[in-house]
Amino acid sequence: MIGFEPKIIGFLCNWCSYEGADAAGRARKAYPAGLRVVRVMCSGRVDSQFILEAFKEGADGVMILGCHPGDCHYKEGNLQMLKRYVILKRVLSQFGIEEDRLKLDWISAGEGDKFVKIVCEMTERMRQLGPLPR
Amino acid sequence: MTEKPKIALYWCSSCGGCEESVIDLAEDLLTVAAAVDIVFWPVALDFKYKDVVAMNDGEITATLINGAIRTGEQEHMAKIMRKKSKLLIAHGSCAHLGGVVGLANFYQREDLLSRLYQEVPTTNNPQGILPQHETIESGRKIKLPDIHDTVKALDQVVEVDYYIPGCPPTPELIKEAMMMVLENRLPPRGTVLAGKKALCDTCPRIDSKPDKLRIKKFKRIYETEWDPEKCFLDEGIICLGPATRGGCNARCINANMPCRGCFGPTDNVRDQGAKSSSFLASIIDVTDKEALKKTADSIPDPGGLFYRYGLASSILKGKLTPKSS
Repeated sequence: MIGFEPKIIGFLCNWCSYEGADAAGRARKAYPAGLRVVRVMCSGRVDSQFILEAFKEGADGVMILGCHPGDCHYKEGNLQMLKRYVILKRVLSQFGIEEDRLKLDWISAGEGDKFVKIVCEMTERMRQLGPLPR
Repeated sequence: MTEKPKIALYWCSSCGGCEESVIDLAEDLLTVAAAVDIVFWPVALDFKYKDVVAMNDGEITATLINGAIRTGEQEHMAKIMRKKSKLLIAHGSCAHLGGVVGLANFYQREDLLSRLYQEVPTTNNPQGILPQHETIESGRKIKLPDIHDTVKALDQVVEVDYYIPGCPPTPELIKEAMMMVLENRLPPRGTVLAGKKALCDTCPRIDSKPDKLRIKKFKRIYETEWDPEKCFLDEGIICLGPATRGGCNARCINANMPCRGCFGPTDNVRDQGAKSSSFLASIIDVTDKEALKKTADSIPDPGGLFYRYGLASSILKGKLTPKSS
């Protein structure tokens, strides 16, 4: 699709992933501008309703980034999100939202490079899928 | 003699169970009937559309509409009833949230029509005729109500004053709603006339619910025999009690069946399906990704389960499709 720049909502946890994004910024790394970051205290805070609302309001993709398993500031908030994510993905496919449009991954505070890589990959995949019809 | 309050009842896209729930008032129906004038009730009494159209605006004290809005005729009647009534009450899950008929929103209208009229093995339709809005029969034009692309809850078409939830609502709730209208003690506009807390909170089996539920595999009810005294979730049977408004007297639980969510979400929740899926996720006792996927896959139709009564009024409202048609 010509001229299509995907909009991606990223929910980043305060303790690891947001720091990781910050690390990418401090290192002057470039990544696609279509990502809109929402900082949350924990990936486990991301209510399934937030994700549906994001898709409804115009997101082509939604990313949730949290601490690596075992590193969660609240012990297991990220694992709660993982469980929610696996079930929600199945529900989303019934809504006609392709699996790849929702992504959960782990970024630590030091992984600025990984953050950039994930955002680039996600944006590229959304370009392939095209805008989410609504 | 002072004039009695006028009450009307109408049905849209529904199964008729809500009409039945009015009859379930039993002797109380006589009390209600004595206190009011029923001016329109197509399923039970012989009134014509023109009788309602001839009434003044706001002449009817309260109208109960059950059923979702799926055809042009239903939308037209909903608008007429709105105009003629001081209070419009959504009666039952379909009017309240879209109900079971709202599940059609997971499909496109054309797919549903061709499935029903052409593909179903028992359909005998060699010419493959689909229902038409207008058709010429022996030189005469015949019209059928047009079927909408999406099923809507009543409040997506007209303003609704109150909601009586349930599939169908309990006679107690209908009676209480009627009495609220007659005795003029109505809560703030927009209130769902049922419990405020989740069903789980008032469940007769609440004491058998452990502090921490841990489920490795979800079972379907035909796969297992379960203890009629114990919390369904603890047995691995999906029950939507934690994400569903209470006030139903736990009818299903008392009949030894798990909750399916017909009372809709509580006041603080926008999307019952999203909440159901996330509370269910939280009790899964597996975090290994492969095992987790297997557990999730043991729910055969998650969308249909979590949105059984509320798809039409959920955040996404149905399957996302390009708006070209």
